[in-house]
Amino acid sequence: MKKILMTILLALPLVAFASGSEKACGTIDCDPFKPDLHDKESLQRGSKYFVNYCMGCHSLAFMRYERMADDLDIPHEVAQQNLNFSGGNVGDLMKIAAPIKEQKKWFGAAPPDLTLVARARGVEWLYTYLRNFYQDEKRPYGVNNRVFKDVGMPHAMLELQGMAVCAPGPVHAENGGIKRDPLTREEVLFDPQTGVALNPCGRLNIEKAGALNGDQFDQAVSDLVNFLAYAGEPSALKRQRMGVYALFFVSLFFVVAWLLNREYWKDVH
Amino acid sequence: MTSWLIGLRDWVDDRLPIMRAWNTHMGQYYAPKNFNFWYFFGVLSLLVLVNQLLTGIWLTMFYTPTAEGAFASVEYIMRDIDYGWIIRYMHSTGASAFFAVVYLHMFRGLLYGSYKKPRELVWLFGMLIYLCLMAEGFMGYVLPWGQMSYWGAQVIVSLFGAIPVVGESIVQWVRGDFLISGATLNRFFALHVVAIPLILVMLVVLHLLALHEVGSNNPDGIEIKKNKGANGKPLDGIPFHPYYTVHDLVGIAVFLFVFCFILFFMPEMGGYFLEYANFEEANPLKTPAHIAPVWYYTPFYAMLRATTLELFGLPAKFWGFMVMAGAIAIMFVLPWLDRSKVKSWRYKGMGTKVALYSFAISFLVLGYLGAIPSGGLFLANVIPHHIEWLTNQGVTQTLTVVYFLFFLLMPIYTSIEKTKPEPQRVTMK
Repeated sequence: MKKILMTILLALPLVAFASGSEKACGTIDCDPFKPDLHDKESLQRGSKYFVNYCMGCHSLAFMRYERMADDLDIPHEVAQQNLNFSGGNVGDLMKIAAPIKEQKKWFGAAPPDLTLVARARGVEWLYTYLRNFYQDEKRPYGVNNRVFKDVGMPHAMLELQGMAVCAPGPVHAENGGIKRDPLTREEVLFDPQTGVALNPCGRLNIEKAGALNGDQFDQAVSDLVNFLAYAGEPSALKRQRMGVYALFFVSLFFVVAWLLNREYWKDVH
Repeated sequence: MTSWLIGLRDWVDDRLPIMRAWNTHMGQYYAPKNFNFWYFFGVLSLLVLVNQLLTGIWLTMFYTPTAEGAFASVEYIMRDIDYGWIIRYMHSTGASAFFAVVYLHMFRGLLYGSYKKPRELVWLFGMLIYLCLMAEGFMGYVLPWGQMSYWGAQVIVSLFGAIPVVGESIVQWVRGDFLISGATLNRFFALHVVAIPLILVMLVVLHLLALHEVGSNNPDGIEIKKNKGANGKPLDGIPFHPYYTVHDLVGIAVFLFVFCFILFFMPEMGGYFLEYANFEEANPLKTPAHIAPVWYYTPFYAMLRATTLELFGLPAKFWGFMVMAGAIAIMFVLPWLDRSKVKSWRYKGMGTKVALYSFAISFLVLGYLGAIPSGGLFLANVIPHHIEWLTNQGVTQTLTVVYFLFFLLMPIYTSIEKTKPEPQRVTMK
């Protein structure tokens, strides 16, 4: 009995804390995303998207071109020609020349450095955020975002995705499920009395198509977020690899220690 | 070779009592032979202390203690220094591990009455170590200069502002500025790497010297020195070396397995060892939506936040600060609150058992409550039917009272409860 109570006491914080850590994505739920740091091709594509679509405004100031090229199996010459537009050395940090003061004027706030954004915001947040820009003429750059309301950032990947426009979407019923018409089972989108949309931006429709279709664009964003996950902690794979050896060694040490202990204590009663 | 080494040993021993010291603390130090699981956490604290000192020294070689360079230098360690990430994760995981093992070590003391006569000084030195550890952890958390470093420091340092009249001056004196700034970072660095570790190590020495003077307690809470054999050694004692050195190696191996698993596979520990918001550089103009201290302070933080009392014209913040300080201070007088005839909870009565369980549960739940945003309903996502009156704040206030009652009522329940007879000799169960 005592043992059981003790175990519960020790396990309690794990249960309690596990239920306390959830991250929502602004007005909507986050879309699931799992980075795959072993997928070198995805990471290479992600690095391409990053320097082409993000690096005009955002730096990756703690990352070096050389480290990135080595980790992602990109030859240095290729990296220098296609990824490093600063004209500097391959060993340089991935900083940008954009003046912070001017940027503040252009966007209302200086675009943050993105080296650690995947660790600070979480990959699911990024994956959802980058796919939820929509047309909003009231905003200075003509777009708003469902994850980050009134964000100062323009839709950098507009030419890839095309312009998304809000459309009425489903709402939750009181029981937690999607609210449906009891007879037709269709989603209830408008208030039956006033005719006003219940969730005016519940869906995004692409009105003017971009260079990629929906699936291709999702893939492009997942490559980009995958790359940012890598950039957040370049040594992550090495860490996990070493971890296996470390645990193996500690297990071996445990066996030796346990046998030694048994030998010494066998006559103690 | 061997004779040469023995010669060297004897040469030194004639001038410095190394043999005597070894025998006093290891070879001839008789520890009770019935130590159980709970007795691993002392040596584990020592192990983590060494880990923190060594990794800390290496981190200091590359870290820059300035507001401009601190954040970047941590990333420099994580990326450009060979195996810098392993040193840094050892240090950050070690910080949490330190508190984990120290909390379990302290709870062991509560279970078996290790603070009671003649071990009051051992407990007091231990409490001072705990206090230093809290200061050390707090200042160390400021050094990476992330958002949580900055705003955590802002919240905690400004607490002193609640002291009437002199509060604001004290806050300014601590910060060395009108807000948390590079000046604050620099002094915290000095304290974190020089002053407090120095005090900490000295206190650990005193803790051990005081312990070895009176001898270790054990799960039965009886004094093994009362039963000595013909050779003058305790019958229930066993030389610390080699018996407990090899015994502790097993505990160390298990601990290292858990430690390495976290270090290599989940160094952020879901945001509780390294908070996600701290991966964003400190920005004095941008307050994070939710400021939470690291998990090991959350029980006290919960008490601070839940204090809404305004007495004698003093603000609730002041009383919150007093409650928080009191929650730590009251632990110091524990040896004089326990009036029981017996030490171990094995032989104490029902009152102690109920009190101990209530205390442990309240401490853990307070820890949970201090980590989540204040307000809202208690466990709203777990308890299916919302009970309107069961709010986080109400639960926190209730548990704060439970926490204090454990101590304040101790003189009563330990003296009136019916205790069981202690055995003459230690039991091996």
